[in-house]
Amino acid sequence: MSEATTIVRVPVRLTVNGKSVSAEIDPRTLLVQFLRETLDLTGTHVGCDTSQCGACVVHLDGVAVKSCTTLAVQADGASVTTIEGLATGGKLHPMQEAFRENHGLQCGFCTPGMIMSAVDLVARFGPNLDEATIRENLDGNICRCTGYHNIVKSVAAGAAAMGSAEAPRAAE
Amino acid sequence: MYAFDYQRPDAIAAAAAILSADPEAKALAGGQTLLPTLKQRLAQPTALVDLSRIPELSGICATTEGVSIGAMTRHADVAASELVRAAIPALADLAGMIGDVAVRNRGTIGGSLANDDPTADYPAAVLALNATVVTDRRSIGASDFFRGLFETALKEGEIITRVDFPKVEKAGYAKFRNPASRYAMAGVFVAKTAAEVRVAVTGAGQSGVFLWTEAGDILSSDFSVQAVSGLALDPSNLMSDLHGSAEYRAQLAKVMLKRALASITG
Ligand SMILES: Cc1cc2nc3c(=O)[nH]c(=O)nc-3n(C[C@H](O)[C@H](O)[C@H](O)COP(=O)(O)OP(=O)(O)OC[C@H]3O[C@@H](n4cnc5c(N)ncnc54)[C@H](O)[C@@H]3O)c2cc1C
Ligand code: FES
Ligand code: FES
Repeated sequence: MSEATTIVRVPVRLTVNGKSVSAEIDPRTLLVQFLRETLDLTGTHVGCDTSQCGACVVHLDGVAVKSCTTLAVQADGASVTTIEGLATGGKLHPMQEAFRENHGLQCGFCTPGMIMSAVDLVARFGPNLDEATIRENLDGNICRCTGYHNIVKSVAAGAAAMGSAEAPRAAE
Repeated sequence: MYAFDYQRPDAIAAAAAILSADPEAKALAGGQTLLPTLKQRLAQPTALVDLSRIPELSGICATTEGVSIGAMTRHADVAASELVRAAIPALADLAGMIGDVAVRNRGTIGGSLANDDPTADYPAAVLALNATVVTDRRSIGASDFFRGLFETALKEGEIITRVDFPKVEKAGYAKFRNPASRYAMAGVFVAKTAAEVRVAVTGAGQSGVFLWTEAGDILSSDFSVQAVSGLALDPSNLMSDLHGSAEYRAQLAKVMLKRALASITG
């Protein structure tokens, strides 16, 4: 049996949305808990406890990961971008703007994860995305409101806008 | 999650030392199976030994026989690897079909094989290609490695370091995904060498991945989709669950076999 009655805290130091942060944490702390509870970055959501919904997607060293299925200590030394890190100077990121313009959300719970996955998708496939590529690559993000149609439209529009604006990918 | 100690060694020997000193410590690779298990409190390891900062465990290299993939190599890196695609394109395709993007960015080949989920994808490739699983202490042939549901030949504390895949003449993989979990309802990997054809089935067997020897025998003498048209998989050792009956899986496996063949023979 485990005798881990005294929790040995471990130090972590990482960059979140361009800012360096460090803390001593219980190793059990999930990255999403660290973001939401330690750093008060509550834009990253938790929609399930089975690693299936994608509401918690953030970028870890530039690639999409589920922050509910990553320990904060695993991100030690890494760079994390959350939904809060996308907008620059009070101006929405083109992908955020596209979701607003195209009615890509209803309750909005899945939206942070959708947008982080969408930005990752543009990084991999470029700004000209067809519907099949978008649908296939968002299959780890579940939305129970929209029926996905407007999400796909938003991602296509946001990708195109990112291409024409050569928008900076915020803190990355 | 129950509490655990966290260790992050930077060499295989150091990781092995921790794991063999404490039988209740567990290796942590991508965490895409282990962390959900811990969150549900289905396991209570004393310590997690994070393998991610051990450089020898990651990376892909071409070998004279084929391609060698480090245990900590992420599914996304295998899917995108030119070396893997040049040696065994079906293996790169398979890696790209695992889970979703975010799972592929974290999950590793070593973690998938050590876990040996009966519906996981890599076991089908490893068995059909007759790959060798290399650990910190020995090499294990594919036919000896898989031992049943979530059971492998790995001894306590043994660490997979890499998997050596031999090049084959032709290979193909087709998978019918469970739309909710994305794991295989039936996945069939076909590999053809000069000597023989091996067909492995995942997702369907009651005791995990298995070789469909009858299909392999027929295809060894006639490598075509037509050759297997009269073939049927015996459902008596297949899984029945809420997702589908054994008979349904038998039929799915046959359809996946034909699709895998069609992807090779055109
Ligand atoms: C939503 C979702 C969908 C998924 N869909 C699929 C799918 O379609 N197909 C599929 O095949 N898989 C799927 N998976 C599983 C995924 O591929 C996992 O990455 C994989 O099963 C485990 O690999 P890991 O690196 O994450 O290992 P971990 O979760 O870190 O570890 C798993 C087990 O292996 C042990 N271990 C890890 N590395 C080693 C090593 N080098 N030596 C010895 N023991 C080791 C650990 O101690 C642990 O017991 C899915 C997972 C999720 C969350
Ligand atoms: S919260 Fe559902 S996948 Fe992370
Ligand atoms: S907008 Fe409500 S879950 Fe997607």
